[in-house]
Amino acid sequence: MDQTHTASESSAVHRDDVGARIGMWLFLFTELILFGGLFLLYAVYRYLHPQEFHEAAKELNVVLGAANTLILLTSSFTMVMSISYIGEGEKKKSIAALGLTIALALAFLVNKYFEWTAKFHHGLYPNSPELAARSHGDNLFYGLYYSMTGLHGLHVLVGVVLLSVVLVYIVKDKVNPDNFIVLDNSGLYWHLVDIIWIYLFPLFYLIT
Amino acid sequence: MNDMTAAAHGSHPSGLSYLEEPGRYGGIRSWLLTTDHKRIALLYLTSVLTFYAVGIALGVLMRLELLTPGETIVKPQTYNAIFTLHGVIMIFLFVIPGVPAIFGNFFLPLLIGAKDVAFPRINLFSWYLYIAGAFFAVTSLFTGGGPPDTGWTFYAPYSIRTGTNVSLAVFAAFVLGFSSILTGLNFVTTIHRLRAPGMTWTRMPLFVWATYATAWVQVLATPIIGITLLLVILERFFGVGIFDPEKGGDPILFQHLFWIYSHPAVYIMILPGMGVITEIIPVFARRTIFGYKAIAYSSVAIAALGSLVWGHHMFVSGQSYTANVIFSFITFLVAIPSAIKVFNWVATLYKGSILIAPPFLFALSFIFLFSIGGLTGLMQGALSVNVHIHDTYFVVGHFHYVMFGGTAYAFFAGLHYWYPKMFGRMYSQRTATLACTIMFIGFNMLYFTMLVLGLQGMPRRYYDYLPQFHTGHVIATVGSWILVSGLIVMFANLLIALRKGERAAADPWGGKTLEWQVPSPPPHENFEEIPVIDRGAYDYD
Repeated sequence: MDQTHTASESSAVHRDDVGARIGMWLFLFTELILFGGLFLLYAVYRYLHPQEFHEAAKELNVVLGAANTLILLTSSFTMVMSISYIGEGEKKKSIAALGLTIALALAFLVNKYFEWTAKFHHGLYPNSPELAARSHGDNLFYGLYYSMTGLHGLHVLVGVVLLSVVLVYIVKDKVNPDNFIVLDNSGLYWHLVDIIWIYLFPLFYLIT
Repeated sequence: MNDMTAAAHGSHPSGLSYLEEPGRYGGIRSWLLTTDHKRIALLYLTSVLTFYAVGIALGVLMRLELLTPGETIVKPQTYNAIFTLHGVIMIFLFVIPGVPAIFGNFFLPLLIGAKDVAFPRINLFSWYLYIAGAFFAVTSLFTGGGPPDTGWTFYAPYSIRTGTNVSLAVFAAFVLGFSSILTGLNFVTTIHRLRAPGMTWTRMPLFVWATYATAWVQVLATPIIGITLLLVILERFFGVGIFDPEKGGDPILFQHLFWIYSHPAVYIMILPGMGVITEIIPVFARRTIFGYKAIAYSSVAIAALGSLVWGHHMFVSGQSYTANVIFSFITFLVAIPSAIKVFNWVATLYKGSILIAPPFLFALSFIFLFSIGGLTGLMQGALSVNVHIHDTYFVVGHFHYVMFGGTAYAFFAGLHYWYPKMFGRMYSQRTATLACTIMFIGFNMLYFTMLVLGLQGMPRRYYDYLPQFHTGHVIATVGSWILVSGLIVMFANLLIALRKGERAAADPWGGKTLEWQVPSPPPHENFEEIPVIDRGAYDYD
């Protein structure tokens, strides 16, 4: 994050990694609560329509969901590898690991694309005639499914952009073995994206 | 800056003030690209006051429309748009950012002995988000299906059905929320990391405590409104059905999510204001603040309890009786820390050597008006009473007593208290006192009448009313004219002083906190040397 004042402000560069980390954790709290609102809605509607949620969950593609879970978990691993490599001064390996993380994130999005389009072909999308003919519980299940996985997908996309920027920073040595808090914090963000998916996956795909 | 200006400033032997410091960029860019917390505070001051003026104008128009029954100056649809915008602009563009973004930015680093906030560039970014949000809010008036007409609460299902431009207005609120989150995040980190050596938690000025409690609420509550507003947008564009009863959605859940943020938000609005008052009282009573710890912890208690009372907005929305009783009970609990503050302020005055000056008069007005606001709040917290006064002018009157009589008055008090520090000039204290008196009369005429009208049964948000309410509406409208006259005198006085005011000394009021120990206006990096703190903040004994 923002750990240096601009040169005009201070001749001695002020840097505070702990401060940057506190700032990042606070930001992650806000992200958790942002999704928390949706989890709350999920809890209420599941409680009100247990049977319909049960039936609707069977329609989701568990294989694709599981594949995506595996992809994200692996990407969290490569993310950690990238951070630990940079700490050891292994710039190239760090870049490779981060590149792999980005590739896995893109793979997740491609997967998601196929999953969503398959649902669209079955007429299962918000406001569709197919859903209109179904029960309230089904409508809510898919409303939540698209809202929650959509918002999560958006976070993956933001992650791709963020990690790509950090990748350029590493290449340009702006992020280096002495100062890699930006990479560290981006890693924290990426783990958050991962953790939210770990909750989404069972809630939508597994609990039938 | 040239040498002449520097020489003219006797108070800055060793450098320029933050207003003169050229920085890396010249001209207008030295403001628009600044990362100096003091300059960012002035950016906020200018923009917040601009929107405040717009909000006031809308409020005056609304009162004017209600001067006579039936149509006076506008049609019903326009009236609905006016009260919606009055609410949206006042809440999201004035009251929420008012004290924290302006005085928090300017004085938080000074009060804890820091050179800036923890993330100066994020601080500037927050201001740009504020401007972007304000831009969207204003644009929503002129584009799409016309100005939003839902009221500032955007209740579903009307907000997802109306053809007016709700999506853009809701998006504006979302962006403004993000700005608020970043400010809060910045302040929490600043207070944890940048306190001067020796500035322990119990030596911090109480404004810092209030800002700290507020910042946590900003960080933890705002995302809820974020997701709620996003869902309204999703609902309007894609029909996901989460709040749409036709598809099984529950509009009451919208209300829950909305108030889970928006009730804590009223504490985001009032807590920093209470902090300002706490700074002013000991200075003008020449006494150490009474009950330092009680005031500090009551800020935290208000923030914590205030996050658990949102259901009291929904007593008549079809909530369960058990939920109503619990929410009512916790609502009464919030009165305790609020009263602790009021009693401690008054106790500080006892046997003080009181200096009557404009900041102090505004602070006293605050205590009086906020007490009425707080007590009428308790009346509404009582279930049996609430059923009768819900959605009446009583609520409107109460809300303005806490928000205008509370937050805005604290803002005025802070503005008069810190003005000499911020600009290095002193305004006419006589004119300021006159303005304060006029406003006090106008304020009570306007809003106390609303309380009475509410008890008589006048419903809020109505365009038209029965003849028996006519007298009340006339008194309130005349009150609004008096109030606005006072506001004009107050702001004109401050504006004139910008150029013509006398040079202010470093410590014109005899304050003991750190901001008074640097020149007026402060130098670019606040302190030549970071001070070492060895005593409490209010050391008058």
